[in-house]
Amino acid sequence: MDAISTEAGAHHDHPTGLRRFLFSTNHKDIGTLYLILAVVGGLIGFLMSMAIRAELAHPGISVFPGISALLHGTDPTNLDAAKNLYNVFITAHGVLMIFFFVMPALMGGFANWFVPIMIGAPDMAFPRLNNISFWLLAVALVLVVLSTFAEGAPGSLGFGGGWVFYPPLSSNTGHPGPAMDYVILSLHLAGASSILGSINFITTIFNMRAPGMTLHKMPLFAWGMLVTAFLLVLTLPVLAGAITMLLTDRNFGTTFYDPAGGGDPILFQHLFWFFGHPEVYVLILPAFGIISHIVSTFSRKPVFGYLGMAYAMVSIGFLGCIVWAHHMYTVGLSLNAQRYFVFATMVIAVPTGIKIFSWIATMWGGSISFRAPMWWAIGFIFVFTLGGVTGVVLANASADRQLHETYYVVAHFHYTMSLGAVFGVFAGFYYWFPKMTGYMYNETLSKAHFLLLFVGINLVFFPQHFLGLAGMPRRYIDYPDAFALWNYWSSVGAAIAAVSVLLFFYTVAEAFLRKREAGNNPWGVGATTLEWTLPSPPPFHQFETLPRITGSGHH
Amino acid sequence: MGADHREKGHGRGALLLIGGSVAMLILSFASVPLYRAFCSATGFGGTTQVAKLAPAKPGERSIGVRFDANVARDLPWRFEPETPRIVVRTGETATIYYKVVNLSDQETSGVAAYNVSPDQAGAYFDKLACFCFSEQKLAPHESAEWPVVFFLDPALEADETMRHVEEITLSYSFFASKKPKEAKPKEAASGVKPKT
Repeated sequence: MDAISTEAGAHHDHPTGLRRFLFSTNHKDIGTLYLILAVVGGLIGFLMSMAIRAELAHPGISVFPGISALLHGTDPTNLDAAKNLYNVFITAHGVLMIFFFVMPALMGGFANWFVPIMIGAPDMAFPRLNNISFWLLAVALVLVVLSTFAEGAPGSLGFGGGWVFYPPLSSNTGHPGPAMDYVILSLHLAGASSILGSINFITTIFNMRAPGMTLHKMPLFAWGMLVTAFLLVLTLPVLAGAITMLLTDRNFGTTFYDPAGGGDPILFQHLFWFFGHPEVYVLILPAFGIISHIVSTFSRKPVFGYLGMAYAMVSIGFLGCIVWAHHMYTVGLSLNAQRYFVFATMVIAVPTGIKIFSWIATMWGGSISFRAPMWWAIGFIFVFTLGGVTGVVLANASADRQLHETYYVVAHFHYTMSLGAVFGVFAGFYYWFPKMTGYMYNETLSKAHFLLLFVGINLVFFPQHFLGLAGMPRRYIDYPDAFALWNYWSSVGAAIAAVSVLLFFYTVAEAFLRKREAGNNPWGVGATTLEWTLPSPPPFHQFETLPRITGSGHH
Repeated sequence: MGADHREKGHGRGALLLIGGSVAMLILSFASVPLYRAFCSATGFGGTTQVAKLAPAKPGERSIGVRFDANVARDLPWRFEPETPRIVVRTGETATIYYKVVNLSDQETSGVAAYNVSPDQAGAYFDKLACFCFSEQKLAPHESAEWPVVFFLDPALEADETMRHVEEITLSYSFFASKKPKEAKPKEAASGVKPKT
């Protein structure tokens, strides 16, 4: 704060304090802001998931009446308010984790930090646009949190219709209050932020690569971001269209989703999932890139099958856009449509398999050092494969009719997202933390964090496969006693995961307090990408003379 | 590589990408009329066809046609077919009637949503006249008999997927017609706090 007053104008290149971050056009500072936003969003979403697991630890409704009394001032004996708040929490948990934790961490944070450095660029193509992207997202986060305190369904607060926002529950029929309008506006802003950010990334990657850095020499993280950015540019406008129609249905009397006026609620589901399915690849493709770098660094080998890895991501991105209706097998699709979507969905297993096998082949015969990021990367490969396998099960329309909206689906997508994408986030964090801060963290603490989170979160979600197969439906605050055993163990796992989050904050604090110098390259000869040629932390403006890339060692 | 040259490249790339985004946004809205056009052209999802002329000569199969009627909760009508089921020969024009009564003291109007099942029958179910083509108004306690004139296209005999179809159901659901200007009043605009 005090730095603002001291000769702010004198250092045109080096604004300090609040001014440095509020008005920042520097890709590294904006990346840092995104990471902080991700921690805030992720923490709120995480606390909500803890409340959910606490409620589900035992049959009966015991936790949410108290939370509702605390947050909304309802009577602690009011079960309807508790049920409503539970629905609001599962909705907000989903929205926060997707749009305000994983996306800002991987896309906003790591990609802003390292895509320009990895391709040898001094900054992003549109630095001021980058600043707008961040602040739009910050406002969107505020709006989505505010919506939980606005009226939703008559007589209750917040929108509780699930993160998929299906009408008629999200239309005037289900939630006439302004809570849903807040959510829609928040998604408009978050969407605009992501589209602008994506345009920025694509332009940067196409136009600002250093001399000699051809697309086929570009690091895989940049490839992952390129595909991700294209997915967002093409599919987010469809979500924007879908929720705009919802907004006009709610407020201006149109009937896009209302059969009474010739509309169709299924239209929303098609439009939503046309965005929603590519969105899951938006969350995972940058993590794919990060894992490739880590596996290659700590195996001291270039990534096995570099071109195959890059084009596997391109084909996953393409296929991801044409399989949306596998989320909707139960809406009454024609048999031919179901056949197509089953087949197309299963095809995605092929490029995904190429990636998994290439990571293993990279490790094969490598000189592996089990440093902390490598633990996280191997953990990622394990949990993502598990989530992928249940995905192939769910791709079958016939099996899906049994498992639709059960905990099997919850287990599946948490294995790919909550374990997969989040392990990718932490792997990247521990890989690049020394580069971003200049300090080395305590690797033993990081490994302990990994073990706790790995055990905890597997204990949370593995038993949910059993619950789903036994028929436990999603999105309910309570369940019959028959499901008590595995729900109990799932909640025990959540408690272990909560300890790991505390350990994470301790690890970071310890690293900042001890100030162990990391040096340019703490990971040794395996770390070949450009960021390791710079000091840690990198200078405010890097590559004032562009690096010249020769040979083929840069993956 | 001069700085201005590079900036130009940035702008062109960004414009293309913005164009792509806007195109996808337009496409999401265009999906409504496009899907409607696709359905009426192909009979997808059991969309019935509209015909001007009855076919010249009848076909050979006889198929049962069942009539279904539904009314939305907020429309005070009684609405039912005169006969629940008939048997028609393909290519033969049939006329059936639906009986409708307005049970309320006000003039009310409704629009029908309709299709046939099984889905693949939509392409062969041709209507010559139907009350469902337009909005219907009923005076207080007025009753009416509305005809549906239709035939089954003999071309269905050549369709493999129609071979085992012995019965087609024609379904109508009446909804109170909406005046596009009147936005729904927000319930509980007073901002009730759930203090029970």
